[in-house]
Amino acid sequence: MSATPFLILSALLFGVGAVGVLVRRNAIVVFMCVELMLNAANLAFVTFSRQHGNFDGQIAAFFVMVVAAAEVVVGLAIIMTIFRTRRSASVDDASLLKY
Amino acid sequence: MSLLYLIVGIPAISAAVLLLGGRLTDRWGHLLGALAPLASFVAGLVAFAQLAGGDDEALTQRLFTWIDVAGFHVDIGLLFDPLSAVFVLLITGVGSLIHIYSIGYMEHDERRRRFFGYLNLFVAAMLTLVLADDYLALFLGWEGVGLASYLLIGFWQYKVSAAVAAKKAFVVNRVGDLGMALAIMLMFATFGSTSFEGVAGGMGQASAATATALGLLLLLAACGKSAQVPLQSWLLDAMEGPTPVSALIHAATMVTAGVYLVTRSNFIYDQTETAQTAVVVVGLVTLLWGAVIGCAKDDIKKVLAGSTMSQIGYMMLAAGIGPAGYAFAIFHLLTHGFFKANLFLGAGSVMHGMNDEVDMRRYGALRSVMPVTFVTFALGYLAIIGFPGLAGFWSKDKIIEAAFGENVLIGVGAVAGAGITAFYMTRLMLMTFISQRRWAKEAHPHESPLVMTVPLIVLGALSVVGGALLLNGWIVDWLEPVVGREEHQDLPISATLITVSVLVVVLAGVAAAVVMYGRDKVATRAPSRVSPFTKAARADLYGDAFNEAALMRPGQYLTRSLVYADNRGVDGAVNGLAAVVGGTSGRVRRWQSGFVRSYALSMLGGSALLLLAVVAVKLA
Repeated sequence: MSATPFLILSALLFGVGAVGVLVRRNAIVVFMCVELMLNAANLAFVTFSRQHGNFDGQIAAFFVMVVAAAEVVVGLAIIMTIFRTRRSASVDDASLLKY
Repeated sequence: MSLLYLIVGIPAISAAVLLLGGRLTDRWGHLLGALAPLASFVAGLVAFAQLAGGDDEALTQRLFTWIDVAGFHVDIGLLFDPLSAVFVLLITGVGSLIHIYSIGYMEHDERRRRFFGYLNLFVAAMLTLVLADDYLALFLGWEGVGLASYLLIGFWQYKVSAAVAAKKAFVVNRVGDLGMALAIMLMFATFGSTSFEGVAGGMGQASAATATALGLLLLLAACGKSAQVPLQSWLLDAMEGPTPVSALIHAATMVTAGVYLVTRSNFIYDQTETAQTAVVVVGLVTLLWGAVIGCAKDDIKKVLAGSTMSQIGYMMLAAGIGPAGYAFAIFHLLTHGFFKANLFLGAGSVMHGMNDEVDMRRYGALRSVMPVTFVTFALGYLAIIGFPGLAGFWSKDKIIEAAFGENVLIGVGAVAGAGITAFYMTRLMLMTFISQRRWAKEAHPHESPLVMTVPLIVLGALSVVGGALLLNGWIVDWLEPVVGREEHQDLPISATLITVSVLVVVLAGVAAAVVMYGRDKVATRAPSRVSPFTKAARADLYGDAFNEAALMRPGQYLTRSLVYADNRGVDGAVNGLAAVVGGTSGRVRRWQSGFVRSYALSMLGGSALLLLAVVAVKLA
C-alpha cells in the first residue's frame, strides 16, 4: 500500500492546523489547531515507520503524544487563568508582554 | 655608638610633635621649634670635633636597610665627612639663628607654631640631604626640602600671589627633579648601585658618554633647586614667603643644594669635560642674569633674591672648574650663607618696622631709627660687594681667580658680575637706609626687638670674620679628602692684579650707584620712561615670558588638541558605535509586538526557510 495518501493527508492536516493558528483569535481554537499540527506530524511519523519497517517513527510519535498531553495541561491552565482575569480568550488581547 | 642620627632626628621629631600635636603645642611650640636646630647644632659640633680630632676620613653610621630586592640594595646610612660637616654646621648654625629670629618676626601670626613645624621639617630634610651616603637617600632629602619650601612659600596661602608662587616653585623644581631621577636610574643601570661609594667606584670603568649624561642630568637637578638659568624663574616669586623663610631656605641653605650636589658628585664631573663646561656656563650666565635683575627691582626682597641667584651662579661657576674650584665654591657658599642670611633678616627687620612694606621707594633714611639693623645690614652689604677684609671679599676673590685660571672670558664675566653686584647692593643700601624719608603716612618705623636683633648681630659678625675659614688655606685642606685639590694653572695676569681690578670694578659700581641714587631725590613711584634694559630687567629678563611662550602655551595647545582629538575622535567613535547599536535595537525591538500570532507566523516562516535551505543543500 502506497504511503503517499497518508502523507498528503498529513500535509493537509498540518496546513489546516497552521492556518488555524495564524488566523484564529480564540485561544482554545488556536490550541486545538496546534494539536492538529502535532497529530499531522504523528501521522507522518507512523507512516514512515511503517514504510521503513522499524519502530523509530512510532517511538517518536509516542514522545510527541506525551509532550502534547503535558502541553495541554499547562496550556489549558494558562488559558483558564487568563480568561478568569481578563474575561477574554482572545490571543490578541494578551499582548502586554512586549517592547 | 655614634650619635650622628641625632643631628637629623631631633628636628624631625620636633617637626612631628609640632605638626601632629596641633593646638596643644601652640603655647610653647615656637620654643621647641627653636631649640631643635640648636640641639642639632650642638650634636653637629660634637661630631665635627670628633672628625677633626680623629684620624678617620669620615664618620659613618648605618641606620637600616631601606630597599632590599634582588640586585638592588639601599641602606639608609649617614655620612659625616668634611663636606657634610661644614654643611651641617651651616644649616643648623644659621638655621638656629633664623629660628630664634622667627620667634620675634612671627610673633603676631596666629599660626606661628605651624610655621616652626615646617621650618623644623625643612631642617630635618636638608640635613638628610647633606648626610645621606646614597643618591636615593639624598633624593629623599631633596624632595623633603622641596616640600618644605612649597609649604613655606605658600605659608600665607590666603594671598593668591603666595599660593601661586608656591605652586610655581614646586612645578619648576619638578623639572629639575626629573634630571635627578633619571640620573639615579642611569646610575643603577650602569653601576648597579646608587651609593656614593658604589658610583665613585664604578666611574673608573664608565664610558665618557655615561659620565657626561650623568653630569648633565645632575646639572639639571642642580639648576632646579639652585634657581640657575634656565630654571631660575621660581626664586623671585618665592619671596612671597615670610622673610625668615627667604633667609633660611631661599638664600642660605636649600638653594645651595645644587652646589652641594655638583661638589658631592665631583667624581662624576672630573670625568667629563663637557658637563663641567656646562656647569661653568650655567654659573656664569646665572651670575650675570641675577645681577642684572637685581639692578631694576624696587622690592627689597626681590633685589636680594636676584643677588642670591647671582651669588649661587658664582658657586656653580667655581664648582664647574673642578678640583681647583670645589673648595672655593663651598667657601663662598658658607660666607654667602652668613651674609645673605644677615641681609635677608635685616630686610625682614626693616619690613617688620615698616608695616610689611617691601617697596624700597617708600623707605629711605632708616639708619637713624633702626641703628642695629642698619649697622648689621651694612656689614652684610660690605661683605657681599667684597669690601677688603670681609668674608665675601676672600671667597669671591678666590672664585674670580679660579675663573681666570680657567678662561679669561669667564674671569672677565665674573669681574663684571662683581661690579654689578656692587651697583645694585649700593642702590639698595642708599634707597633703604640713606637718602630721604619717603615713608608712607601710617608708617612708624622702629627698631626690632632683641630676639630679632641678636641673630642679626651674630650674623653680622660672621659676615665680617667668615673669611677666617681661609686662614692658612684651612677650608681647602679640610675639604681635600672629599673633593681633592689642584693649584691653578698659570694665571694670565697676576693674582694681585686680579684683586686690584676687581676692587676697581666694585668701586666703579658703588660710584655709579651713588651718582644715580645718592645725590638726587629718589622718586616714590618707579619711573615708567626707562630704557629697554631696565624694562627687561624689571620683567626678570623675560624669563617668565619665555617660559610661557616656549613651554606653557605650546603645552596648552598640545593638551587642548589632545582633548579635542579625544572628545571628537576616540569618544566620537565609541559614542557613535553605541548610538548605532542603540538606534538599531530600538527599531528591532518593535518586532517584539506581544501578538502571539505574529510570533507564530515568523516561526512558520523561519521553519520554512530552514527547510528550504536543507532541501537546497541536499539537492546541490
